[in-house]
Amino acid sequence: MKKLTELCLYEAREGLLNKDFTSKELVLDHIDKMESSRSLNAFITETPEIAIKSAEKSDLKLIKEENGELEGIPIGVKDMFCTKGVLTTASSKMLSNFIPPYESTVTGNLWSEGAVLLGKLNNDEFAMGSSNETSFYGPVINPWKGSNDKIDLVPGGSSGGSSASVAANIGLGALGTDTGGSIRQPASFTGTVGLKPTYGRCSRWGIIAFASSLDQAGPITRNVRDNSILLKSMCSHDTKDTTSSSKEIPNFENAVGRSIKGLKVGIPSEFFLKGMSNEIMEIWDKGKDWLKNSGAEIIDISLPNTKYALPCYYIIAPAEASSNLARYDGVRFGHSVKSSDINEMYKATRSEGFGDEVKRRIMIGTYVLSSGYYDAYYLKAQKVRSLITEDYSKVFKDVDVILTPSTPSSAFGLNEKSDDPISMYLNDIFTVPVNLAGLPAISVPAAHDSNGLPLGLQLIGRPFEEETIYSFAKIIEDCANFKNIENQWWLK
Amino acid sequence: MSVDKDNVVKIANLSKISFKDHEIEKILVDLNQIIEWVDQLAEVDTDKISPTFSSFEDDKGMKKREDIVSDGDYREDITINAPNSEEGFFLVPKVID
Repeated sequence: MKKLTELCLYEAREGLLNKDFTSKELVLDHIDKMESSRSLNAFITETPEIAIKSAEKSDLKLIKEENGELEGIPIGVKDMFCTKGVLTTASSKMLSNFIPPYESTVTGNLWSEGAVLLGKLNNDEFAMGSSNETSFYGPVINPWKGSNDKIDLVPGGSSGGSSASVAANIGLGALGTDTGGSIRQPASFTGTVGLKPTYGRCSRWGIIAFASSLDQAGPITRNVRDNSILLKSMCSHDTKDTTSSSKEIPNFENAVGRSIKGLKVGIPSEFFLKGMSNEIMEIWDKGKDWLKNSGAEIIDISLPNTKYALPCYYIIAPAEASSNLARYDGVRFGHSVKSSDINEMYKATRSEGFGDEVKRRIMIGTYVLSSGYYDAYYLKAQKVRSLITEDYSKVFKDVDVILTPSTPSSAFGLNEKSDDPISMYLNDIFTVPVNLAGLPAISVPAAHDSNGLPLGLQLIGRPFEEETIYSFAKIIEDCANFKNIENQWWLK
Repeated sequence: MSVDKDNVVKIANLSKISFKDHEIEKILVDLNQIIEWVDQLAEVDTDKISPTFSSFEDDKGMKKREDIVSDGDYREDITINAPNSEEGFFLVPKVID
């Protein structure tokens, strides 16, 4: 029999239902794996006691056949989701002592379906970053190594702990959040499957806010089917989030394996970047061939405002962040510096509690919202956002999905880009437009580059058509036959 | 557009963040680099375009619920993470002399 940590989510689900093993056995193996993988720094808080207790409860439910859809399945949760009674830090010094008295809707949905919390996963501070290097708790190390095994690579960000833990088989899936690519880019860097659902599909209640009009929770898993299973349990209509959709939640898993015959795939010319590596071009071409050979029609399309998406995002996201992060004032929760003067207290608390990237974004956001600059920057960006959204609405009249690379490169080295904000921001060039338009999109591992590192392809769909995305993603998965990590060098 | 040192001090004050002198030099460089980069939006003609503040389309806009109390009565939970609280209130330094 396979080791229990080598199973994927749907295999473990089957094994539990067949009584091949218990949830407690499954969870104990994962706890061992988590503990022997600490060199990756994927977890901020490990919750073995909670996991064992939940597993014991799940085993009783499985015996009585009262099980939920994720009964007894161990998963990791990005530290942006509030978990009742469990430290929730957003990977910031600011919240390094914060124990939420409430549960986020998405995690609550998972626990009521029987999922088991393994621990809270590291991420970029307040989800601001593309390499997990801005975390107060230190960077996460990518379990993948290139040909030079002395170089540690980043796992992508901001959901770097989520992507690394799933790639390293610590947990059968993980929750991430995606504001500009924070699920899809790390998925691409670690050979995992990451989906950003349509804006409104998952409730944002209890997720630490970064940019509220862009933030969306989503699953990271080792295959497409697992992803569709996890997503189903995450979704709900939530009256606590006014932007939570009341649309029906389909059984996404049914779409996995569905034919794509006769469906249309758009290839946007604006995503061909000058200087993009041949390897990215080749894998994109391969992706087209795979879909074509499976009966889809490939169509060249144009999304003319693509080049404005990143600058547009870097006005809107910091603006919303500067407003959302105003709540960290040292009065109600989190880090606090004592002073006899209230203004000094605010300033000292925020200067000590926030890291450099977060401060940079608060400063940009405050600037673009400040009197005299609001129209020129913030309002302008929201108008450009309309144009970007319109580009997509237009092409989705003619195509069912759009195929692009997920990232302009494979995983880079630790400290390689951390000194240059804009070169770091450019990592999200293919993912950001999707958030601005509120669309669903997935990254699926498609190939290894010449350095042996994973490369992902991105599929973008119409609003609320995650099912179509999953059907296409499964085809890419089957054709790519992507091989996971062989050398588990990090194990102690 | 670009910002100078005085602008940075003013924005920092609005942001309630204080920077040391050597940090101001660094943030000045970073901000100007980012502002110069986002300035490319100026070339887009948006005269007849209305802004999109949210891509939420479901039911055409955010839902409003009835204005009734549906939650509450856990004052202790709310103040449990406060650095200073007393009898269910948050304590702050004296604001008015």
